[in-house]
Amino acid sequence: MNKILTKEEAKKIIDKVLAFSKADEMSVALSGGRTGNIRYARNSVSTSGESYDQSLAVTAVFGKRSGTATINEFDDASLEKTVRRAEEIARLAPENPEYMPMLGPQTYIEAPTFAESTANIDPDYRAKAAFDSIDPCSKKGLTAAGYMEDSAGYTAIGNSKGLFGYNKSTSVDFSITVRTADGLGSGYAIRDFNDVSKLSTKQATEIAIQKALASSAAKALEPGKYTVILEPAASIDLLQNMMRSMDARNADEGRSFLSKKGGGTRLGEKLFDERVNIYSDPSNIEIPISGFGGGGGGRMGGGGSDGRPQEKISWIENGVVKNVYYSRFWADKKGVKGVPPPSGFIMAGGTESLADLIKGTEKGILVTRMWYIRAVDPQTLLYTGLTRDGTFYIEKGQIKFPVKNFRFNESPIIMLNNLEAMGVPTRIGGCLVPPLKIRDFTFSSLSDAV
Amino acid sequence: MKRRDFIQLSGMGLGAVMGSTIPVLGNMVPVEHLLEPGADIVTKKRFADIALNATKSRGATYTDVRIGRYLQQFIFTRETKVQNIANAESYGVGIRVIANGTWGFAATSDVTPEGIAKCAETAVAIAKANAKIQKEPVILAPQKGVGEVVWKTPIVKNAFEVPIKEKIDLLMNVNGEAMKNGAGFVTSNLFFVNEQKYFASSDGSYIDQDVHRIWPTFTVTAVDKAAGKFKTRDAISSPMGMGYEYLDGLTSEKISAPNGLIGYRNSYDMVEDAIMASKQAQQKLTAKSVPAGKYDLVLDPNHLGLTIHESVGHPTELDRVLGYEANYAGTSFATLDKWKTKTFNYGSKQVNIVADKTQPHTLGTVGYDDEGVPCKEWDLIKDGILVNYQATRDQVNILGENASHGCCYADNWNSVQFQRMPNVSLKPGKDKLSVFDMIKGVEKGIYIIGRGSYSIDQQRYNFQFGGQLFYEIKNGELVGMLDDVAYQSNTQEFWNSCVQICDKDDYRTFGSFFDGKGQPSQVSAVSHGSATTRFNGVNVINTGRKI
Repeated sequence: MNKILTKEEAKKIIDKVLAFSKADEMSVALSGGRTGNIRYARNSVSTSGESYDQSLAVTAVFGKRSGTATINEFDDASLEKTVRRAEEIARLAPENPEYMPMLGPQTYIEAPTFAESTANIDPDYRAKAAFDSIDPCSKKGLTAAGYMEDSAGYTAIGNSKGLFGYNKSTSVDFSITVRTADGLGSGYAIRDFNDVSKLSTKQATEIAIQKALASSAAKALEPGKYTVILEPAASIDLLQNMMRSMDARNADEGRSFLSKKGGGTRLGEKLFDERVNIYSDPSNIEIPISGFGGGGGGRMGGGGSDGRPQEKISWIENGVVKNVYYSRFWADKKGVKGVPPPSGFIMAGGTESLADLIKGTEKGILVTRMWYIRAVDPQTLLYTGLTRDGTFYIEKGQIKFPVKNFRFNESPIIMLNNLEAMGVPTRIGGCLVPPLKIRDFTFSSLSDAV
Repeated sequence: MKRRDFIQLSGMGLGAVMGSTIPVLGNMVPVEHLLEPGADIVTKKRFADIALNATKSRGATYTDVRIGRYLQQFIFTRETKVQNIANAESYGVGIRVIANGTWGFAATSDVTPEGIAKCAETAVAIAKANAKIQKEPVILAPQKGVGEVVWKTPIVKNAFEVPIKEKIDLLMNVNGEAMKNGAGFVTSNLFFVNEQKYFASSDGSYIDQDVHRIWPTFTVTAVDKAAGKFKTRDAISSPMGMGYEYLDGLTSEKISAPNGLIGYRNSYDMVEDAIMASKQAQQKLTAKSVPAGKYDLVLDPNHLGLTIHESVGHPTELDRVLGYEANYAGTSFATLDKWKTKTFNYGSKQVNIVADKTQPHTLGTVGYDDEGVPCKEWDLIKDGILVNYQATRDQVNILGENASHGCCYADNWNSVQFQRMPNVSLKPGKDKLSVFDMIKGVEKGIYIIGRGSYSIDQQRYNFQFGGQLFYEIKNGELVGMLDDVAYQSNTQEFWNSCVQICDKDDYRTFGSFFDGKGQPSQVSAVSHGSATTRFNGVNVINTGRKI
């Protein structure tokens, strides 16, 4: 029961479920796999665990009424019971006027989302990964707190109209915070991969160690507008929040940053610096995702639910809003093809390294990471949050000294208009994001937090 | 793997709750299934004893067993449509042990004698494996066994017994009234949770608890297409440790506030609030943009609760203070050395903040926590001084205490229990004072109601809060609505600027239904009580931007 089912095995189960159906339409989502984690703090492992699970969700539809039941046992009796339950729930459900008939067969791109190396992770591997991170810290009198979570599993979808999709995938996420003994310095690093052989917890920890040592005894700068270099871990949340706000329906309804004064949307308008290009590409080998959105390395929560294929698509091209994403209902209502939301995105960058960007900066602030980011105004996508775990003052191309953390109030729309330079994109949170050099970034107050 | 499905919410206001997703634990089941009784107490005791015996024979020096059935019913609507109804059940057992001085935990959904015995064995094996790299053995505060006891949230009407149709009719009425009163869009939701938890420990406790929680909420949106503007107003309900009776809308539980505003104590009128929200969302479209500067703030309990949560609740969690959350939520400025001085001025003399898991109708209230400790109330801040923290059995020794505070909680049978926030509340003022009287004394201020944008640093010094409604106060009177308001402060500075607290007649609770903590993340629900409170000279920024 705990294995990763093959495409054939998954299809067999889905076909069996569909054969039990008495509903007008039925869809099945099947998934399973293993997840493991290890957490440490104060240079000791605090929790670790590993578990296997599987789940089958059946959605039955009568007319415009639908119901979903789920189960984690796949014997014939359980499958039939779940089908009957879903049908029972559907019959009692209210009509959904926005229900869209299920899709027929689709063609899904197959991306390298699965790595044996990650699938082979065991408790010893996790303990070693934690040791490689804790040991260099304790040797230097520093304190490590970190977390690694890995997963290996599969997702399959199918429906009574002949649609079928299968994907198996692996992922590993690692983050490490290193603090100095006096509590005055703190550094951070974060990594995520499909293939764990690309992860060195030791190397990532080394960066966090350097940042912790270098950030000790930070000086206070006056809040205000500064040129900043945002490492990918600092900009990812703002960019993801912006991408999640590109829903067509909200824009059409007048309640989005893409809604236009007087009605209509800003689709086709140049809203950003002309060097801004953001697109999705499910076949990109750095951030491979499932062809139907779910179950891959995708962290955006897009796709997956309705069976539409993920495609290569441009969201922002040369600063112009090229596409917004649609639910199937809204696309039908508007008479457009309508693309699903992305599972991940790529922001095209430049060729410079982070070190090059620093070297080319006369005066500025290097930001390692941002924290507690919350929307302040959905109309302008104004967000607030704070810098954390390594904020440094740059002068004449060199890091001069650590500075106290700032609170910012900034919109990614304004930020991407104030673009100065971009470096080489790296993977972060299932996306590819370059380090960004931004002018006039708004820091509104100081924080004493380390 | 956690059986955790995520329901994508289209409701815009709920984005602030937990990203844009709401966690649903367990299997989706037909609604009647939620009313089935689950395993009886005799069977649960038998199963628990199997685990207790199995771990003891393998060398565990302490064991607790949690047999849990977690039920959820979540209903989502927008305008005239029901978007989703999720009925979920999660059932299984979690076993936690100390062996060789180290914690071990394992969980299984195979609730059979064989499944439990195997799980118990795994828990001990994990403890023994982790013991090899453990630096300090666990020191567990003593807890006398309480024998066989039962506790139940004192509900009047079990929400799970109320027909779905009645709930949908309510939400459709809420949405209809909002639209009739000029809203462009409305989403409304009902969340019901029932935790049927059986806890047994090697201390000799067998505790059966039936815990109920409810949260009705909505977001109303007003749009001015010509101006290209939209504004929202979220419900000013509070999640509660109550049954469906919370939705009775009793007049006796309403509190009058200036400008015809209404506060809700232990009974909520959802339709009335939706009508007000619809009108207020439209008023927000033309509200005056706030001039930045220093203002005296008059904070309604439905707003202040979140400020208490973020600036007092989290920093006084002992595990954060010790560094266990350093890689995620962060640590705390309220360090042990500050506490040891017994003179650390967290706030002004008026500020008395208590922790409890005993206040009626609140989210934190249970009979016993998830390590079998009877619940109680204790001081965190007394007359402005930091006097204590929130701790579990394996932490209180650090505070020189020999009894746990009862702050252990797990969000599911398959999650390991750890330190979670109890209710943390500001005591009302002793002198008679209404919000009307309080506002009369303010020359230049802002009256803030409802939960808005919130952000605080990883050690809980610097914060920024928004709200749902902002009213300008000039010379003791409300003169109109303000927009683009957020206040920024430093926790210690802010609580020391507290000058006045309304009396107990104005006291209400606010709640957080999906508070996240830990890696992997777990949710918990917690209430924060307060009366309307005044803070002098707080920095207000203008959040208006043009894009």
